[in-house]
Amino acid sequence: MSKKDKVFTVKVRRDFCKGCGLCIEFCKKEVLAASPKLNRMGYNPAEAVNSKACIGCMMCTQICPDLAIEVYSE
Amino acid sequence: MELINKWPEYHKKDVVSHYCPGCGHGIVHRIVAELLEEMDLGKEAYLVCPAGCAVLAYLYLDFDIIESAHGRGTAIATGAKRANPNLFVISYQGDGDLSAIGTAETIHSANRGENISVIFINNAVYGMTGGQMAPTSLIGQSTMTSPAGRNPEVDGYPLHITDVVAQFPGVVYAERVSVSSPAGVKKTKKAIRTAFETQQEGLGYSIVEVLSPCPTNWKMDPVTACKWVDTDMAKEYKPGLLTDKREEKRKEKG
Amino acid sequence: MSGNHCIAEAAIRAGCKCYFGYPITPQNELGEYMAANMRKNGGVFLQSESETAAINMVIGAASTGARVMTSSSSPGVSLKQEGLSFLAGFEFPAVIVNMMRGGPGLGNIAPAQGDYFQSTRGGGHGDYRTPVLAPASVQELADLTVKAFELADKYRTPILLLGDGMMGQMKEPVVFPEPITDLPAKPWALKGRGDGPSRYQASLILDGLAMERHNWKLVRKYKEMAEQETLFELYKMDDADFAVVAYGTTARIAKGAINRARKEGLKVGLVRPITLFPFPDKVLQKVAQQVKNFLVFEMSTGQMVEDVRLALENERVVIDFHGRPGGIIPTPIEFSRVIHRYYRRM
Ligand SMILES: Cc1ncc(C[n+]2csc(CCOP(=O)(O)OP(=O)(O)O)c2C)c(N)n1
Ligand code: SF4
Ligand code: SF4
Ligand code: SF4
Ligand SMILES: [Mg+2]
Repeated sequence: MSKKDKVFTVKVRRDFCKGCGLCIEFCKKEVLAASPKLNRMGYNPAEAVNSKACIGCMMCTQICPDLAIEVYSE
Repeated sequence: MELINKWPEYHKKDVVSHYCPGCGHGIVHRIVAELLEEMDLGKEAYLVCPAGCAVLAYLYLDFDIIESAHGRGTAIATGAKRANPNLFVISYQGDGDLSAIGTAETIHSANRGENISVIFINNAVYGMTGGQMAPTSLIGQSTMTSPAGRNPEVDGYPLHITDVVAQFPGVVYAERVSVSSPAGVKKTKKAIRTAFETQQEGLGYSIVEVLSPCPTNWKMDPVTACKWVDTDMAKEYKPGLLTDKREEKRKEKG
Repeated sequence: MSGNHCIAEAAIRAGCKCYFGYPITPQNELGEYMAANMRKNGGVFLQSESETAAINMVIGAASTGARVMTSSSSPGVSLKQEGLSFLAGFEFPAVIVNMMRGGPGLGNIAPAQGDYFQSTRGGGHGDYRTPVLAPASVQELADLTVKAFELADKYRTPILLLGDGMMGQMKEPVVFPEPITDLPAKPWALKGRGDGPSRYQASLILDGLAMERHNWKLVRKYKEMAEQETLFELYKMDDADFAVVAYGTTARIAKGAINRARKEGLKVGLVRPITLFPFPDKVLQKVAQQVKNFLVFEMSTGQMVEDVRLALENERVVIDFHGRPGGIIPTPIEFSRVIHRYYRRM
């Protein structure tokens, strides 16, 4: 199965995210957005709002300083 | 469902670091952990962490770590590597640490060609102590101790220490990279991999300077901080290869 | 063999694997001996860029479990103080030699004892002490060098071997111990995590209570050392009614002076502290039951005399002091005159 046919799921570990917004900035597919709800640390964490659009490019996980993003493939 | 970005074995799990949102230290920590796993070096790894924001790196990285007095990282690394050459020795240092208070140790460990790998986090500021001017601060950069902007007439000029040591015959590999974009992160990982390979092969000193955002002390949001790395910092400190003498060294060693 | 060479040879026999140092008179022969001999046996000799670097190399080597030494003289030992503080905090064993010279500042290169405070009070920043051994003969330089390595490992602490320029140059016959091969295991050392859990050696202890616990832990260690490891020599004290207190070179001079004074009928003896920290205060207190007049003799303006006063603060005794700082070496004749002067006043 080529990457194109794969389905990706993006999960942000809410309570490990510091809401820096870098993943949101660098995701070209607009999969991620800031959650309006604060997490345990008081940040607005990123969340996957459009997981379906994810192409598994891993730009978000590369730039995330806090290992807060998990990308799954099926 | 299969997790693509598996958790790096040599990074502690489920700890939240003390780093500010968008700080480059976290990215470089992850890269180090990933590489030690990919290169199967974690079991003999020995990292010296500095006085600086990375002082608590041992809370996040899961291999043997020692803390250093401010600036003395490469002296400790030298002692450890000489005493036990089987260790895989990394000195992780900030720009104040490596290019101000630790300049002598930096220059001389490099000049001796110690077989160690140095990771140099250049964020153009003293992060830990609250954003004072560093030797690396840019001209005009406003910091807590250069509130009107760094003025070369009284504050001197940005110090390019990696360019200096890259000239030394003992410095086998030196590269400048940045972690301000996913592409930069990839290049950083590749450069640190090369540095690690240099040590693994026993060729001598390797150093990777990482231009790294410090949003807090730059008083910028993380996205703007990354842009500032690419525009302003990268103009002063041009990313790229500074030296690669691996072929030469291999020939020398036969 | 000269004192400096003797320390180096004894260190090698004690299993010292690494030596890091920076040249400074009057202890250069020590490093030179190491340069000539360390690498032959697979050891490490490295001339560092400064004493600061040397002591940090010591930290690195000690962290891996190796027996390690550095040596210097007064100005260089000042530069090592930051590292000594870290060694004490880390609880890393290491041996640091100081062949004292005149000071402050560059001072001169003649023998002196002006670093007593720096040596025994910790020297660097923070709440710690450095155990100090003060030899007074070439044989003792050898024996105490070996002892320094043993104590360092046993108590996991840096140990200072405190001599002076005269001792380094002194030539006397010496019997070395057989090389020590089975060194103590160091399960705490950083050797790479291997298949076990990772370890770290932290110096920053942000939690106040944890820092306090660490401080008291160090104190308990020093107390144990005071009980177990205090060393001293009593010379002609059996029938003495007057005691000189001196260490190292001044103790040697004092012995000569005491011998002269004895010939002239003065009942003088010597209390020679061999460990300066822990200080042999119990011994002095015991002596104070027999002797009421003490004369402390140092090549300084008066440093150890404060420890003597502290040791005897509850005794009804007279404590006098005679000092020659600045690199002046008093002669036995000169000092025997001083003894006479104070003895007569008794
Ligand atoms: C001898 C000494 N002087 C000063 C300090 C205070 N200090 C701790 S970290 C630091 C600067 C750190 O800046 P840098 O090396 O650039 O690291 P960053 O925090 O930016 O990553 C200073 C001045 C110290 N710990 N020790
Ligand atoms: S993997 Fe790529 S597309 Fe998917 S969320 Fe991350 S950056 Fe966006
Ligand atoms: S990059 Fe990481 S920490 Fe930053 S917002 Fe995204 S998930 Fe959160
Ligand atoms: S102060 Fe700067 S370098 Fe330190 S953790 Fe915060 S962002 Fe990172
Ligand atoms: Mg910095």
